Amino acid sequence: MQYDDSVLTRTERRIFALRTLYTRAGYGPYRMRKFEDYDLYSRNKDYLLSDRVITFTDTNGKLKALKPDVTLSIVKNLDDRPDELQKLFYDENVYRVSERTNTFREIMQMGLECIGAAGNQAAAEVIRLAEKSLALVAGDNDYILRISDIDMLTFIIDDMSDSRYVRSELLRLAGEKNLHGIAKVCEDNDVPAEKCRVLTGLLGLYGTPAEVMPELEEICRGTVAEPEVEELKEVLGSLYDYEDGKDMHIVMDFSVIGDTNYYNGMAFEGYIDGLPESVLVGGRYDKLMQRMKKKSRAIGFAVYLDNLGMLGRTAGDEAIESFFSTYRAPEEDE
Amino acid sequence: MDSKMINVALPKGRLGEKVYKMFEEAGYGCPDIFEGRKLVFESKEAGVRYFWVKPSDVPIYVERGAADIGVAGKDILLEYEPNVYELKDLGIGKCRMVVAAPKGFRDDSEYPLRVATKFVNIAQDYYASVGRDIDIIKLNGSIEIAPILGLSDVIVDLVETGTTLRENNLVVYEEIMDISARLIANKSGYNFKSKAINTLLSRI
Repeated sequence: MQYDDSVLTRTERRIFALRTLYTRAGYGPYRMRKFEDYDLYSRNKDYLLSDRVITFTDTNGKLKALKPDVTLSIVKNLDDRPDELQKLFYDENVYRVSERTNTFREIMQMGLECIGAAGNQAAAEVIRLAEKSLALVAGDNDYILRISDIDMLTFIIDDMSDSRYVRSELLRLAGEKNLHGIAKVCEDNDVPAEKCRVLTGLLGLYGTPAEVMPELEEICRGTVAEPEVEELKEVLGSLYDYEDGKDMHIVMDFSVIGDTNYYNGMAFEGYIDGLPESVLVGGRYDKLMQRMKKKSRAIGFAVYLDNLGMLGRTAGDEAIESFFSTYRAPEEDE
Repeated sequence: MDSKMINVALPKGRLGEKVYKMFEEAGYGCPDIFEGRKLVFESKEAGVRYFWVKPSDVPIYVERGAADIGVAGKDILLEYEPNVYELKDLGIGKCRMVVAAPKGFRDDSEYPLRVATKFVNIAQDYYASVGRDIDIIKLNGSIEIAPILGLSDVIVDLVETGTTLRENNLVVYEEIMDISARLIANKSGYNFKSKAINTLLSRI
């Protein structure tokens, strides 16, 4: 029997489109068990967004958990082959505590991982696929992939203060683009003005790679972040001819702080016009690999399919436009 | 994409009116904004729409993308911790978050300190930072009478001139932080209206 694709839901269409994209790019599907040994998460709490996990005791007495994260399971189960490139994708549900409701939620995730000899070439490929994924799921909506470099940010911040508290405050404020807050923390903690200027300069950058890279080089010259600029240039250079400034969907924005426990090097976030939250999150996670005693390098991303469900029904410009076209103020004496 | 209007959530009340004046002086005026009881106003020429909303709701409108930017007191941002950008300290609506207590109050560290406040998160963070065990009492208004009635030992509240404290026989016991109005932005909307938002920022 031939199937009729009109029976597919919008989410299923998105999954098929992404599967096609990843398969054509040479990525293979990765299936995993629904349950994972709780031990994996208790040993790697730092890498989870929340340390709360749904657990249960299996019939053999072992403590199991419903996956709060896919990448940890893949890293644990995949053979460590640092000289090869293992390319895989998944679509899985994960179970996390929602910050908003403070209750557990099932989250639909589709993502891909590039593990092994994953150098700058691989990073460029993953970023290209992240951008294509956004284009596929955004439909007619505009979209943007914001790229940052976590190492660059943390090297600069680590050089500003010996106090762990000050450093974590600076990182938090960086994620808020809170330049006045950073200036105040620097002033209160005697951080040299020139070091403060490097950080605020970095965070003040926003634009296409063609617009941002020359200024970035200028800001980072002679600082601890200088070697990182070269690496970033190499990745962007193998990604596309960014200097012609044609690609409007990729912007450099160093306020993308990701999860610094998880990511190092490049980090990125994808946004679709009309959706208030990011729908794609990813980056390089060599540090996580090392922590799990693997020699491989790794980079990947996840698309949050649930967030996409809000497309077309959020309080965005369209809703506001239609509201304005019919809006009448209540009468004074109503 | 930058030809789109910027949607601005303004806090209803005195602070919101001050903020609107700043926007108006920067060229983002909306002629009939104070007329009638309308809650939404737009000026196509200036490329801006305003919504008057309850001050504590401003971060919610911005975080959820119903407004691209908004203005909220730092107290509200610290209390609700919305996932938004904080782009500018507007330097208005200045006041202080303080611990106030009846005159002559001495903290007895043998017992948890009873703290009445609207700002549960701020109070908890502050006392955690100084290592003091507290019993928090969440109130929604008239906080000043809590110590008078013996409901709490101290209060954590905003103080502008200190008149209300004096009238209730309270004094500032400790200062927690300075508060002022901040311009916040939605983390997604910023990407699609960055030029318009940055132009606005540079003008106010």
